[in-house]
Amino acid sequence: MKDMDRREFLKTASSAAMVMGGLGAAAGCGRKGGMTDKDSSEDTAGQGGMTYRTNPGNGDKVSILGYGCMRWPMTKDENGNDIIDQETTNRLVDYAIEHGVNYFDTSPVYLQGQSETATGIALKRHPREKYFIATKLSNFSNHTRENSMLMYRKSFENLQTDYIDYYLLHSIGGGGIEAFNARYVDNGMLDFLIEERKAGRIRNLGFSFHGNRESFDAFMELHEKYHWDFVQIQLNYVDWTHASGRNADAKYLQEELDKRGIPSVIMEPLLGGRLSKVPQYVADRLKERNPQGSVASWAFRFAGTQPGVLNVLSGMTYMEHLQDNIGTYSPLKPLTEEELAFLEEIAELMQSYPTIPCNDCKYCMPCPYGIDIPAILLHYNKCVNEGEIASGPEAENYSKARRAYLVSYDRAVPKLRQAARCTNCGQCIGHCPQSINIPREILRIDRYIEKLRRNGK
Amino acid sequence: MLRKIRIVLASIFFIGITLLFLDFTGTLHAWLGWMAKVQFLPAVLAANAVIVAVLLLLTVLFGRVYCSVICPLGVMQDIISWIHGRTKKKNRFRFTYSPAKKWLRYGVLVLFLAALVLGAHSLVAIVAPYSAYGRIASNLFAPLYQWGNNFFAWIAERAGSYAFYSVDVWIKSVSTFAIAAVTFIVIFVLAWKNGRTWCNTICPVGTILGFFSRRSIFAPVIDTEKCRNCGLCGRQCKASCINMKEHEIDYSRCVACMDCIDTCKDGAIRYEPYWKRSSRRSVPHDEGRRAFLISGAIAATAATVKAQEMKVDGGLAEIAHAEKPERQVPLVPAGSLSLKNFSDHCTACQLCVSVCPNQVLRPSTSLLTLMQPEMSYERGYCRPECNKCSQVCPAGAIKPISIEEKSSIQIGYAVVNLDSCIVNKDNVKCGNCARHCPAGAIRMVRRNPEDKESLMIPTVNEERCIGCGACENLCPARPFTAIHVEGHEVHKMI
Repeated sequence: MKDMDRREFLKTASSAAMVMGGLGAAAGCGRKGGMTDKDSSEDTAGQGGMTYRTNPGNGDKVSILGYGCMRWPMTKDENGNDIIDQETTNRLVDYAIEHGVNYFDTSPVYLQGQSETATGIALKRHPREKYFIATKLSNFSNHTRENSMLMYRKSFENLQTDYIDYYLLHSIGGGGIEAFNARYVDNGMLDFLIEERKAGRIRNLGFSFHGNRESFDAFMELHEKYHWDFVQIQLNYVDWTHASGRNADAKYLQEELDKRGIPSVIMEPLLGGRLSKVPQYVADRLKERNPQGSVASWAFRFAGTQPGVLNVLSGMTYMEHLQDNIGTYSPLKPLTEEELAFLEEIAELMQSYPTIPCNDCKYCMPCPYGIDIPAILLHYNKCVNEGEIASGPEAENYSKARRAYLVSYDRAVPKLRQAARCTNCGQCIGHCPQSINIPREILRIDRYIEKLRRNGK
Repeated sequence: MLRKIRIVLASIFFIGITLLFLDFTGTLHAWLGWMAKVQFLPAVLAANAVIVAVLLLLTVLFGRVYCSVICPLGVMQDIISWIHGRTKKKNRFRFTYSPAKKWLRYGVLVLFLAALVLGAHSLVAIVAPYSAYGRIASNLFAPLYQWGNNFFAWIAERAGSYAFYSVDVWIKSVSTFAIAAVTFIVIFVLAWKNGRTWCNTICPVGTILGFFSRRSIFAPVIDTEKCRNCGLCGRQCKASCINMKEHEIDYSRCVACMDCIDTCKDGAIRYEPYWKRSSRRSVPHDEGRRAFLISGAIAATAATVKAQEMKVDGGLAEIAHAEKPERQVPLVPAGSLSLKNFSDHCTACQLCVSVCPNQVLRPSTSLLTLMQPEMSYERGYCRPECNKCSQVCPAGAIKPISIEEKSSIQIGYAVVNLDSCIVNKDNVKCGNCARHCPAGAIRMVRRNPEDKESLMIPTVNEERCIGCGACENLCPARPFTAIHVEGHEVHKMI
């Protein structure tokens, strides 16, 4: 009985969603007129202006803007749990497809495991040949063959499809070749996936990478053996030559791929939003150069300028972001040499701000002791960007910065989840794709806060 | 004119003292803290001879102006009574003369003094006027103020302003909340119906000051030659102390509000010094007619109110609330000197509870020290940069201490329970207690001294521990923390 109710509910929900989706598209069409007015020189959204790149392997015409399905809008169900807002998600997908986006990248673990299903529901309402699906084998916590196989099969079910266009070994490189072997080779999964590629259920097989040069080199050597159809890397104007931690520079990764003719898919073009929420001074400099363009558009143009890039993923939660990105890529105006040099200057300037390279991917979560790690790091970054970090009680802005930091900290992070409660147990180390030493940063922030609390002026 | 002066002064005191209980930022206390310190009973308990002498002198000079101006509970009753008077003209003149209820006044006073001497602190606290008002303000008015503040904080957050920040609103002790609510209801009803009944029958401070005001130098007096016996003065006297038939005023109950002077259209009542008056008689009447059921009402128990639980987000591990540990010896703030000194002086006014920014102080629920504050560390700990409670205490229960002194006063000591420590339970490294100990009293030592790589477990050097509770508050073990603080009966200096 309960089951019936649920099925019925889903049916009604999806038909309602379709209606809403239609409305959304209509509303979207209304809005694009405004965008045309803003910058008439550019071939804007909805006029067939989206730039496409061709996959050298099989001739797929892929839109340069790919939809990252890690940040769908969320809402609460009747029990107060976080669930994906399916209605809004459908609207976003409809708008994206209508404006030429045809690549959707998800994973079994995104949004606490809800992303694939929601993405599947939204995409199912469009003809299958209109879009490419990318998903991953995200067997982080349990890499037995049994569990990996289950995860693979479940993706087809969740996405309601019988083939996957782009399939990735999810986030390799962190643990080096050993972790790679444990997750994919020793359990025979990679051999199995290659068979699946032959059978046509996987059209392209690749991997996503976070790590240092040595491990990337090792995976490039394996190209001979496995033939990677594509590789997903983190590329943006900061990581180009200033990658965080031990991670390899994007310039190096892209050049290695270009050498072998492997197309790249770009993740983190905005560094989890850090290249759109830049310090005010940096924003001013970008706006000076392009008063009409968004801060984010610089980062998207940078990623798209590399000719070896197949497409650039963006996790767009809001319609405004989707519209802005479609605008940037319809069509893409590649950066000039001079603009590239300007962005390199900006990247160097960004280095002088002591922000922590957290992209809010939440791979470190949940912390077993309940700390809200990304919230603490992002709050710190926000204060750095707004110039609300005081060097010491002698500093001129001390009182103001102190109050701003402490008040906004309590707003951003509940008391029980603040840095003071970090036990330094170290269980988060190794989960971070940006190789941030999380406990060290959390304890550093805690010491800073403790100093602020003790020195009221 | 005199009445207007009284109203202006009373408003200043009432608003000032109320703000002391409402302002959780602690900024006003530097300016208005003296208003709590001139309250009669706290001054007596603090053995502040100067203030007691000044207050008694004031009463001998001008009558019970203390009750009309300085005492916040008295002014609150005037406000309630005034509101009732505003509803209809008839209600303004609703009072009648009644003889003093001597047996009740003196009975309560004797009981009160006995309780004070015998150390029955909770009985003392219930009838003490300033602390009764303090409980009402901190339990009933402060939450409204804080919700208002939180509303502004909510707006400020959306406007990106840091002018307001949100604070926790919680019931710190159900029994104290209930006593405050019952006191308020009883006083409200009494004041609404009969004005100053409480002050002239129950309040021990009123009774004591009555001894001195009986022969005060200045007092209102009825000029029988001018009086036309209209009786208006007696019908609006909220102290019910004007005997119109005899043209007499009971100065032991008169609170010198000056209302009668303004009411008399014939100018027959004047506020005059002793030497100008021809004759003065106070009125001893022994019959008591009405009995008050106040003690019964106070003893009534109240409904339990559940404290709010925190909410948990889907993507975050749940954190159970820490349970309050059973402390063998209660914890009282640095500056209290000892448990005895603290309970002997504290009037349970809740001013320190109101100003504690770390949610550490709350009223005790144990019978002997009911409503007197004690410390606990489930919501926060006694931060090293804070000495607010010691600065505001008007009764000398918490003596003023500097920040530097505080860091060397031992109010208690931490005790480790290694069985619940996560290092042993989950086999992980931790050390959060040691990391946050401001006194360096917690040291991490090898669990297995033979093994160089051994996990570290916490130990306490009791000689250095000051009992601030940082360790207890920040310990991740649940439901009981693996480290908790026990109080010292007598505080020590390092």
